[in-house]
Amino acid sequence: MRGLWNLTWLEVKIFVREPLGFIGTVLIPVVLFVALGRSLGERVESSSRLQGFVESDFPIFVVMLTAINAVVSLVAVIAIYREGGILKRLRATPLRPHTILTAHVLVKLIFTTMTLILLALAGRRFYPVALEVPWVSFGLALLLTTISISSIGFLIASVVPTARFAQPLGSLLLFPMLGISGLFVPLEAMPAAVQGVAHALPLTYAVSLLRGIWLGDSWMAHGWDVLGLAVVFGLCTALSSRVFRWE
Amino acid sequence: MSTAPVIQVTGLRKRYGSIVAVDDVSFDVQDGEIFGLIGPNGAGKTTTMECVEGVRQPDAGRITVLGLDPIRDVYALQHRVGVQLQEAHLQKRIKVSEAIALWASLYRTSVDPRLLLEQLGLEDKRNAWFMTLSGGQKQRLFIALALINDPEVVFLDELTTGLDPQARRAIWDLVRGIRARGKTIFLTTHLMEEAERLCDRVAIIDHGRIVDIHSPAGLIRRHCPQRSVLLTTDDESAEARLRALENVAVTRADDGVLTVQGNAADLMTGVIQCLADHRIRVTDFQTVVPTLEDVFLKVTGHTIRE
Repeated sequence: MRGLWNLTWLEVKIFVREPLGFIGTVLIPVVLFVALGRSLGERVESSSRLQGFVESDFPIFVVMLTAINAVVSLVAVIAIYREGGILKRLRATPLRPHTILTAHVLVKLIFTTMTLILLALAGRRFYPVALEVPWVSFGLALLLTTISISSIGFLIASVVPTARFAQPLGSLLLFPMLGISGLFVPLEAMPAAVQGVAHALPLTYAVSLLRGIWLGDSWMAHGWDVLGLAVVFGLCTALSSRVFRWE
Repeated sequence: MSTAPVIQVTGLRKRYGSIVAVDDVSFDVQDGEIFGLIGPNGAGKTTTMECVEGVRQPDAGRITVLGLDPIRDVYALQHRVGVQLQEAHLQKRIKVSEAIALWASLYRTSVDPRLLLEQLGLEDKRNAWFMTLSGGQKQRLFIALALINDPEVVFLDELTTGLDPQARRAIWDLVRGIRARGKTIFLTTHLMEEAERLCDRVAIIDHGRIVDIHSPAGLIRRHCPQRSVLLTTDDESAEARLRALENVAVTRADDGVLTVQGNAADLMTGVIQCLADHRIRVTDFQTVVPTLEDVFLKVTGHTIRE
């Protein structure tokens, strides 16, 4: 356990030392949220459809973006550490293999949390509409979502041949999933074939859960979403623990 | 006191797909010695070492290290051994002191990190990021990490590859210092000079098989006992006088250099005595003693760089 905290804290410090990574992960979502939110807010009065977007879907989009960003950079870090032999070197210490990987997930969760707190603070000050959201429940839903997507990230990291492919492949898989998750276009408005695909993808459940909790639904109403995310987590973790390569 | 070998390897085999990397390898490493596994790149050195370290699972064979099984008892063993892996890296932006502190925190026992950095000449690099270190400094850091838990056995894989001669010599001194503190060292190298200067015993490995095991001097005696003296002289009688010595072969090159070859340990004495007895004036005198490089060529049929 001591190894886990020491490694996690060290990786946090190392991450902060790379200015671009830090800016990309933490600051860009906040700036995007504030800037776009304000420009949308000026037009809210003229369109009630836009109002719904500004009050729930746009914040959820930014939150999902943050989570996916974190997972894509998790994939990249794992691939770079493997290619550089860093994973192999860490593994030749008393650290348990899963401790090394858990530390990296924790680092991403810490920075995601930091981003979200900044988003919430910036939103309170600059966002055009006041948001009444059950923050604790939403935080929990987001934690579940991020952990579930992280397991997809691990599966990707398990199979990418080189670090160069890791980040593009991660983005290429995750962002289209977000595209048909029902966040931008309602599921019912999609062609039947696309709907079928969407129902098989984890981000659809993530969006449904996050939007529901955001709008004040009870957890019971989203039991299927929670179950879907849990199944994705179980499947991906089991698969990647079989195919994960340390070098 | 037990005299059982610190490392025992019997019938080790490992293949990657259709390629046999290690084929029936057996050897022992004794307490307190520097044992070297030498051979060209791709001979199976690293695979063998990683099986012994417990980071790679062998296909067949029996390995014990300090009486433990490297796979089954891996976590017990890791506390008692130190490992330096070939071509390893650390996080680019980790500080030297942070790496040492992390490693120290992972082991049940650890030596004083400050003292260790001082011994390895890294104390003024404490706050430097890993990416800013030179090749020699990185290797010294990896030695430090391998020694942080005061291990009984230290594994060093291609320790000085890519270093300049000066850094290489400094590392050799460090390794001798580790042995002087009573540790057993198991190393691999493809540098014959390194093996000859550092190792108490070496095993020559080629195409996944051990060809021979002995001390460097013993291997040379066994496989390349022939010594040569090259001398230049204006004395016309020299060639005939030297031919009169027992058990030598004398040849004259086009440029007049005489080569006297023989297997006897006292070849040099005989030649010098002969030159002195007959007052032969010599303008150049050179002795050629075989090295491990010659042994390697003899036993494998190719040079180590092929």
